[in-house]
Amino acid sequence: MGTGSREENVSKQNSNKDPSIVVAKQNNALQIFALDDAAARLGLEVGLPLANARAICPQLRVFDADEVSDARTLNDIAEWCDRFTPLVALDSPHGLFLDITGCAHLFGGEAAMMRLMCDVLSAQGFAVSAAIAGTSVCARTMTRHVHGRIVRDGEEAEAVEPLPVSALGADEAITRGLRRAGLKTIGDVACRARHEITARFGAGFTTLLEHALGQGDAPISPRKPLPDYIVEKRFADPVTTETVISATLSRLAAMLVVAMAQQGKGARRLEARFFRTDGAVRTIIVDTGQPVTRAEVIDRLFRERLDALSDPLDPGFGFDLIRLSASRTEIVVQQQRDLDANVHDNDELAALIDRIAARIGGRRVVVHLPQDTHIPERAVLAAPAQHRLTAATQAVWPARVEGEPPLRPLRLFERPEQIKVIAQVPDGPPARFVWRRATHAVVRAEGPERVAMEWWRPQGEMLTRDYFRVEDEAGLRFWLYRDGLYDREIEQEDGKAVQPNWFMHGLFA
Amino acid sequence: MTGARTSTLATLHGSIERIETHGDAHTPGRVALGHADADAMLQGGLAVAAMHEVFTDAGRQSAAATGFVAGLAGRVAARRPLVWVRQDFTEIESGALSMSGLAELGLDPRLLVTVRAADVDTALRTAADALACDALGAVVLEVWGQARQLDLVASRKLTLAAQASGVTGLLLRLAAEPQPSTAETRWIVRAAHSPPAAHWSAWGAPMFDAQLVRNRHGPVGRWIMEWKCDECLFSKPAAYPQPVAAAPAHRPHQAPARARQRRAN
Repeated sequence: MGTGSREENVSKQNSNKDPSIVVAKQNNALQIFALDDAAARLGLEVGLPLANARAICPQLRVFDADEVSDARTLNDIAEWCDRFTPLVALDSPHGLFLDITGCAHLFGGEAAMMRLMCDVLSAQGFAVSAAIAGTSVCARTMTRHVHGRIVRDGEEAEAVEPLPVSALGADEAITRGLRRAGLKTIGDVACRARHEITARFGAGFTTLLEHALGQGDAPISPRKPLPDYIVEKRFADPVTTETVISATLSRLAAMLVVAMAQQGKGARRLEARFFRTDGAVRTIIVDTGQPVTRAEVIDRLFRERLDALSDPLDPGFGFDLIRLSASRTEIVVQQQRDLDANVHDNDELAALIDRIAARIGGRRVVVHLPQDTHIPERAVLAAPAQHRLTAATQAVWPARVEGEPPLRPLRLFERPEQIKVIAQVPDGPPARFVWRRATHAVVRAEGPERVAMEWWRPQGEMLTRDYFRVEDEAGLRFWLYRDGLYDREIEQEDGKAVQPNWFMHGLFA
Repeated sequence: MTGARTSTLATLHGSIERIETHGDAHTPGRVALGHADADAMLQGGLAVAAMHEVFTDAGRQSAAATGFVAGLAGRVAARRPLVWVRQDFTEIESGALSMSGLAELGLDPRLLVTVRAADVDTALRTAADALACDALGAVVLEVWGQARQLDLVASRKLTLAAQASGVTGLLLRLAAEPQPSTAETRWIVRAAHSPPAAHWSAWGAPMFDAQLVRNRHGPVGRWIMEWKCDECLFSKPAAYPQPVAAAPAHRPHQAPARARQRRAN
């Protein structure tokens, strides 16, 4: 078979004997959204109003539809299906597509794989209907009517022709139109000339029909992009102990590195996935600043990450599959290391940054880049060190003026703190100020240094600042500013001047 | 014969080491601060591959202590990368380290990597990791207030890591009281007045009232130091008529604590 696709219809089964239905509000009335076998045997069907259903069967158990939880459950099942193939696509609201090209032999062939999958899902209480076919639409059409069918390559048309048109899953209006035209099965529709069908039901339906007949295929859109390199280890007995898990990770790391080395690649993002026997899947992602090419480094990064997890890896009844993949890779330029100590130092620093970032998060390890602005709090950008280390080491900072004392404070408040100031009007330096409930008498002051806001940026009302460098009687040096210019920016109210606001912005050494 | 050869070899090793270390450092393993009296008291300068602690007793002195630590780091790191680990709380309480300010002190912001640790435990662990990386020039750990995590055991770990890698560790303790530790030196830093000068002349160079309260290999003292931004070194202020407390001849600080710490070693 060229490509394999497969689809499952999943709905929650109730072990209770009373017939149960799920209702949802449609067209301003509660209608049946889903139902179990017992209810179906009573003649109830999807779309029937709840009142009618109650009249047919008074002891009906009724549940409200919860589409968000349904979607989450489907997503969890898709996550679980990742163990069979990396290409899993959602087909909302009830289906999943799995591209099993080249995967089936790992599970003993297509039939065995499908049986394994359906058995596990049924054991969890889901009603499953599955099929394997050359095109995804054909497989989906099959699941609507029969379970467990494997359609050989080239036999798609034969397989779907006896099925009713509703199995195609087209719009309700189209299905009704086909039935009214006397076209009951897909075979009937396929007999007609394509242009007639297109003229009556649109090109979209024709394409759908052709795909179902195996005359073309639409690609599925997987939930996650295919990683560049994958290595995995399956366990016959689920593993629970930390030693085995970490030993497995080291072994997988070594395998991954070998695979990448053959193509001269290094990993920038690594993903470890732990598949638990009960279906839960835990993913742990590690980013690196430089392409990693050594197994020890990968191993150490994951150990740091696992140590620092706020909710630790819970093996429960054990993991039966551990997978390590490199989802982003880069070509590694081989450098001669022995003679150039500087290159070595930079590598060491990058490795240290990766380790710290793996433990406490990449945004908490930063380097600093100068920005082209006069506004003090925006003059420096703190960027993640993993990504911008090279840029930061090559940045050009404004040169300091020789012979001058520092003109910018060593510690800068992110949010300037408002203070009470006694100062000469209109723009004299402060004589005395109160900061954090302590009064400071100013002994020396220098200023103002006027910083105008950037009028070309849309940022709301920001006033011009007059900065002063002051020293108090204890020798502490501060950086203060008055927000706004007298007469121009600070308005008068009823002929009386409004007091300007003063702020503490930084501390000098 | 063999003994003579070994000693020749040792002498050669020593002279190579002297040539290779900092030009102005006279003693191997030490970096001169530039302040003659302090360097003499420290037997040649600040020891590298060791921990040094800088304390402030009040939060408002934090900028002075930061400047002093930045100066020490600048002397010790000598154009090698510097990792500055700080606790989130210090940024709220006394402002974030400003790169413009650092550049104004004559230090290079390009060589600085900042780690923003959420709490003391994380900060401590990160600093220990960084100290083990021999590509760095210095590691600064900035912690606010009394932290019970920074006990003798933690201090010993940091010291061992620093000794193994040759990286100098600087512990900046804001608004904290000194505790027993294995640090090589301990300083209490306050801001000092700018020297009196004519009204129009430049003022505001970083001035520290630095008190050396612990020195493992020598006496202690107290000096007024000025950080020279252009030359990147500490110096004696040219004219400073205000009296400064005389350096005590004995080593009075926390004798019982030191005895305890000896045992722990």
